[in-house]
Amino acid sequence: MAVGTVVVLALVLLNLPAGAAGRVKLAVGSLFLPLFGLAGAGQSFVDRASFSLLTRDTLIAEMERLRKENGDLSITAAQARDLLGENNRLRAALGWTNRVPWKTRLTRVIAREPSSFWRGATVDFGTTDGARLQLPVVTRDGLVGRIRAVAPSQSQIALIGDPECGVSVIVAETRDLGILQEARSATAGDGTVTIRLLQNSPAVLAGHHVLTSGLGGVFPRGITVGEIVDTRQVEGGLYTEARVRLAANLNRLEEVFILMP
Amino acid sequence: MSRIPLLLLFLTAWLAVFGQTQFAPVVWWTGTPLCVLPALTIYAALSHPLGVVAGFSIFAGLALDSISANRLGVSILPLFLCGFVTHARQHLILRDQAYARFWLGLGAGVAVPLLTRLLLSLGQRSPLGDVFGSSIAVSAIVNALACPLLFLGFDRFREVFEYKPMIESSFRQDRQLKRSRR
Repeated sequence: MAVGTVVVLALVLLNLPAGAAGRVKLAVGSLFLPLFGLAGAGQSFVDRASFSLLTRDTLIAEMERLRKENGDLSITAAQARDLLGENNRLRAALGWTNRVPWKTRLTRVIAREPSSFWRGATVDFGTTDGARLQLPVVTRDGLVGRIRAVAPSQSQIALIGDPECGVSVIVAETRDLGILQEARSATAGDGTVTIRLLQNSPAVLAGHHVLTSGLGGVFPRGITVGEIVDTRQVEGGLYTEARVRLAANLNRLEEVFILMP
Repeated sequence: MSRIPLLLLFLTAWLAVFGQTQFAPVVWWTGTPLCVLPALTIYAALSHPLGVVAGFSIFAGLALDSISANRLGVSILPLFLCGFVTHARQHLILRDQAYARFWLGLGAGVAVPLLTRLLLSLGQRSPLGDVFGSSIAVSAIVNALACPLLFLGFDRFREVFEYKPMIESSFRQDRQLKRSRR
């Protein structure tokens, strides 16, 4: 009796349509909401407690550093606005459509992927905040992944290297196109992933920068992915594979930005 | 029988699944999330009837899949299979021996991820590659160590909340033979 019940239930669940499976996941996953809330509250308590231990001198030094950084960023933003205006004027002259700047939304990582078969994380940003499938996720260092599942108050992210997070990339220096392949393990390990370039590219060298190409329609072009560590020829020299050290540290994700169109 | 040990078993599974999503530095160090559900299933199989083992497998499997990228229901069968085999052979298992618990935990720690991986590879999305390597070794070690500890903790807890059997002595005051010189 018990055996039959479990087998039938498992088969039914495994064969549920994606929409229904998502709703069941959402219902069962809501059991963990109190724990996520508690963990978040505990984390902010620890943060507040550690802030209260900081000395006045440290705070003043930090404020000075942020003030300087803010000044530098204001100048960079003004230059970028000027360049954007120039870019838009040139695009209009050529009859191209203007590139729409993306809005960012800061969210907190509340959980890591509990299974060792995938690379993922959960953030406290759900459909009530405007979350949608496929939205790109970045940190200030570079690309992190994309949203793979959404719920009212949280979303699951597929991190770079997950089978569900294919990224079309370009080597900034040589303009060679490639595809970021899935990682071999669930954790980021030494922080490297492999890209396969679409053709044999001997000009690609260690230290070259890898950016998103914008092809595929999920990730906007120009987001930093990482830096090439080394390259090798594969399949009798037909392709080049390159190991890329990711710019974003996927092992220490605490806050991430969601890019919203 | 008190229901409290049973509730504690399910509560522990709930917390264990939540624990797998936290402690990022530990995950980075071990290379895989630490899952003690196989060891908990072994405890359930050797301490509860088959219905509880089935309920536990469904609850723990669903809980794990609901906050993971796993296909819903994929973790249920491996956990239940592990529990069912252990439950069916429980008369051959030296439940009270720590080394038996250690080897059972080790076996479950290997079997559950392997079976889950097998089920996942039958689906449309294939999972990440090197699960057969280090992550299975970590799972085996963690469950081998966790299994005796879980038995110890749950048995202590059970002793507190369950009625103790009344042991009657065969000695009776009124039938005592009193010998004297007179």
